[in-house]
Amino acid sequence: MHVVIIGNGISGVTAARNIRKLSDYKITLISSETTYFFSRTALMYIYMGHMRFVDTQPYEPWFWKKNRIDLKKAHVEKIDFSKNQLHFEQGESLQYDKLILALGSTPNKFGWPGQDLKGVGGMYSFQDLEKMEQYSKDLKQAVIVGGGLIGIEMAEMFHSRNIPVTFLVRENSYWDAVLPKEESEMINRHIKANHIDLRLSTELKEIVDDGNGVACAAITNKEERIDCGFVGLTAGVHPNINFLKETQLEIQKGILVNKFLETNIKDVYAIGDCAQITEAQPGRRPIEAVWYTGRMMGETVAYNVCNKKIAYDPGIWFNSAKFFDIEYQVYGTVSAKAPENHLSIYWEHEDGDKSIRIVFNKTNQATIGFNLMGIRFRHEVCEKWIAEKTPIETVLANLSLANFDPEFFTQYEGELVAKYNSKFQKSITLIKKRKWADVFSFLKK
Amino acid sequence: MKGLKVIGLVIFILGLLVFTFSMFSSQHELNPSLIKSYVPSESHQAALIKSLGAQSLKSSSNFEFVSQLQALMSQARDNGEKIEPWQEKNYLTALTKASTQGPLYGRSKLALWLSIILAAFGALLSFLPDLKLLPGIKNNGIYHSSATRGLNLYTRYFLLGAVVLTIILYALGQSMLLILSLLVSLGLIAFFVIRSEKNHNGSKARSASVSPIAWIGMITGAYLICFYILLYFFPYYITNWMKMLDPVSQSLSGYPASEWFVYGFLYCVVMVVMGIRMLIKYRHNKYQLLRTLSVIFFQLCFAFLLPEIMLRLNQPYMDFKNAWPLDYDFFTKDELNKLVGQGSEVALAGFTSNIGTMMLIWGIVFALIIVPLLTYFFGKRWYCSWVCGCGGLAETLGDPYRQLSDKSLRAWKIERYVIHGVAVFAILMTGVVLYQYLTGNDQILFLNAYSVKSWYGFMIGAMFSGIVGTGFYPLMGNRMWCRYGCPLTALMGIVQRFKSRFRITTNGGQCISCGNCSTYCEMGIDVRAYAQKGQNIVRASCVGCGICSAVCPRGVLKLENGTVDIGHRTTDLKAIHISENDISLL
Repeated sequence: MHVVIIGNGISGVTAARNIRKLSDYKITLISSETTYFFSRTALMYIYMGHMRFVDTQPYEPWFWKKNRIDLKKAHVEKIDFSKNQLHFEQGESLQYDKLILALGSTPNKFGWPGQDLKGVGGMYSFQDLEKMEQYSKDLKQAVIVGGGLIGIEMAEMFHSRNIPVTFLVRENSYWDAVLPKEESEMINRHIKANHIDLRLSTELKEIVDDGNGVACAAITNKEERIDCGFVGLTAGVHPNINFLKETQLEIQKGILVNKFLETNIKDVYAIGDCAQITEAQPGRRPIEAVWYTGRMMGETVAYNVCNKKIAYDPGIWFNSAKFFDIEYQVYGTVSAKAPENHLSIYWEHEDGDKSIRIVFNKTNQATIGFNLMGIRFRHEVCEKWIAEKTPIETVLANLSLANFDPEFFTQYEGELVAKYNSKFQKSITLIKKRKWADVFSFLKK
Repeated sequence: MKGLKVIGLVIFILGLLVFTFSMFSSQHELNPSLIKSYVPSESHQAALIKSLGAQSLKSSSNFEFVSQLQALMSQARDNGEKIEPWQEKNYLTALTKASTQGPLYGRSKLALWLSIILAAFGALLSFLPDLKLLPGIKNNGIYHSSATRGLNLYTRYFLLGAVVLTIILYALGQSMLLILSLLVSLGLIAFFVIRSEKNHNGSKARSASVSPIAWIGMITGAYLICFYILLYFFPYYITNWMKMLDPVSQSLSGYPASEWFVYGFLYCVVMVVMGIRMLIKYRHNKYQLLRTLSVIFFQLCFAFLLPEIMLRLNQPYMDFKNAWPLDYDFFTKDELNKLVGQGSEVALAGFTSNIGTMMLIWGIVFALIIVPLLTYFFGKRWYCSWVCGCGGLAETLGDPYRQLSDKSLRAWKIERYVIHGVAVFAILMTGVVLYQYLTGNDQILFLNAYSVKSWYGFMIGAMFSGIVGTGFYPLMGNRMWCRYGCPLTALMGIVQRFKSRFRITTNGGQCISCGNCSTYCEMGIDVRAYAQKGQNIVRASCVGCGICSAVCPRGVLKLENGTVDIGHRTTDLKAIHISENDISLL
């Protein structure tokens, strides 16, 4: 049995590792990006000089040999599904018995004039990073388009090298499709505090060619011209499946897969950013291009490839990010625009750089979600509360169990409880239990 | 603000230059009366005075004076006088120091102000602009800087080999071999530099392959190495620094400054200055603030001031927090004789004893009971990154270099052999010297107590903990000694690994495998390897500095002491990636 995986990102690598755990199949991991797996989310740290490229590689080279995972650095040009054959750009071909597509994403471009000029780029692949590095030399000004996670990362990258950044965000407030108003405004303030020229409600209209095919300025929808040497396009990503159009493979936005991550073609699976789940769970999007879901799909597909049928179940939603110096964690459902039956209790530190929000159901008081800025909460504890539909007041009383900040850090759970008490005229007392033993016995219960 | 940084650095370098230059800048004049007061042996006195002849010995440079004195000694030897090498070292130091008015041609006070104090001021000035940055992890440009980006694998290991080889050859008295090895070294440096520049391109993943070479780091390392070599082997070349600090020493202990006082004083200054840098850098992190203040406190009070005050009160000298076997000569004959029955008498609960004996008891109780017990409760971090002097220097002066530790599996394997080897050596050496103390017998089987002790002192005490341990900060990371050498940390590590409440907890599935934790682990632990599996981290070598938790961008790591599940700290794997109910695991 020969399993071939296209794409050595987190999904593909997790699949390969787990297949090896479960079977003795021959495994080939193909990528045209880099020979060794690296953490995509850490690309920014290479640019910022926090790490070298090698430091972003979670496994040393011996790991692949030891686990008999063959690495192949090549670009797949065409897949012949009827003959179970891959054709590479270089002309060779490769036979597979089972195929896993973990193709990842590619940055969105919305048909802006000048979007394909030199000095215009996204920040997704290792090659994107090299390109950014190339244009950063003597760069006087950068423009970033798109107010999402990659956009703010790119802003932080340039900022680390003292390159002035203008940050165009289409929405009225940063990432306000995901973050509730208060959190979104906190990040607006923090972006500005880092001397980023944040332009809200502003869109890119066109990128100006300097006459040599290189970008020299960006023009906004407000007809303002911003001279710059680099334009970062970070307005989201979409599945990297262009070369699969016009094949038997069923695709829409992404590659369509059922809950077992199987495509319409037998023995062909798709996972990670490129997979579009036809039977997504309630409240979940069909395509979720995040690290964690990619990892879960990789694990799930391994079982299915090894003939142990398991449905993909991403469990309770969680995510995290870091906006310059503010860490962000979310567990469960926290909507930017709260539905009718969701209530939330929100506390913000007076310095405006830390906050806790807990969302609960208005009718049955069950806790639904946690949103944290600058404060760390325990994943398992929050997950258990949400899974067990624990009433908000029980959660508040035991909130210390969730705190995951380092030792000696100031605890703010009491302030959130006080906030709840005054808002709802209650008198809940915070139980100050936060030791590992308490957490452990709670989780084992 | 950038201007202030530059000005601070310039002032610091000026101070450092004056400090270095002050070594040479002194006038010396030797006359027979000095020989009489500083050479204890009467026959040596007579021989040296005879060689000196009628006129006095004069020189306008420390180095020149030392070589004249050495000539005098060998003349005395030629006349049939027997002077041991250690005696010669003592005479050279004492006479060089006594024959001068001090550095900058007699302006000792000015020298102190223009060197150590000026350099400290400049360094502090250069840290101030960092206060303008928003609080948070600011490791920007560490791998772009020639001072902190480190060397590639070949260059690192070559330099280490060359330094160790050279020193061992020197100790064996092989001067010809020494020269040869230096020549070979130079040749090999050139070879490896060329080689490394060629194939740096990330091909050797994880083995630190950065080009071009970190020249500033190498210069810094060379400076530190030279400092330690002078301190341990050639104290007579640094008599001007002793002279410079005589008033400070006099005011504390009532005695003039020795080379060890110079070292202790500089150690404190460096730790305070770089400690302030650490406090500014981590001002958003209370764990780091408290930990840094703690190591500074223990260095200033316990390692430096208290022993000096004990001397002033005519009591035995002791660093109360320095535990055996890090304090490797604690059980030697000389040290025990300095404690047992020495110092003022004290009455305690009906027993009459004296301070020296109490100190001995403290030292034994501390090393054998308190250290393992506290390690059981808190992990070895309570010592290594809160109390210890070596750890304190590593966490302050060494902080800019913490990313240079090698995280490869290969390095971990080497580490386990070397550190436990040193621990065995330390215990063996202690056994031999205790046997010597108790029986009065210098020889046990084929081992001579004096030579075992002096080889340990030379190889481990001087070369490993000092020259390599600190000198290699900018080359191989700031915990070289703690990771590969310290016998105390080896013993505590065994407790921490098998029986301790301490672990680093991983926060569910939040890890993104970015590698910040592993990169900034000064002990070279591949923290990410555990974090990405959702596994708690229990490793013998972890010193609990807490930086992995601080640099984690996703809030994944936390240092904890737990009363439950000791012994199962790592086995409780959390399968949270996919819900466990659906999978019948095997």
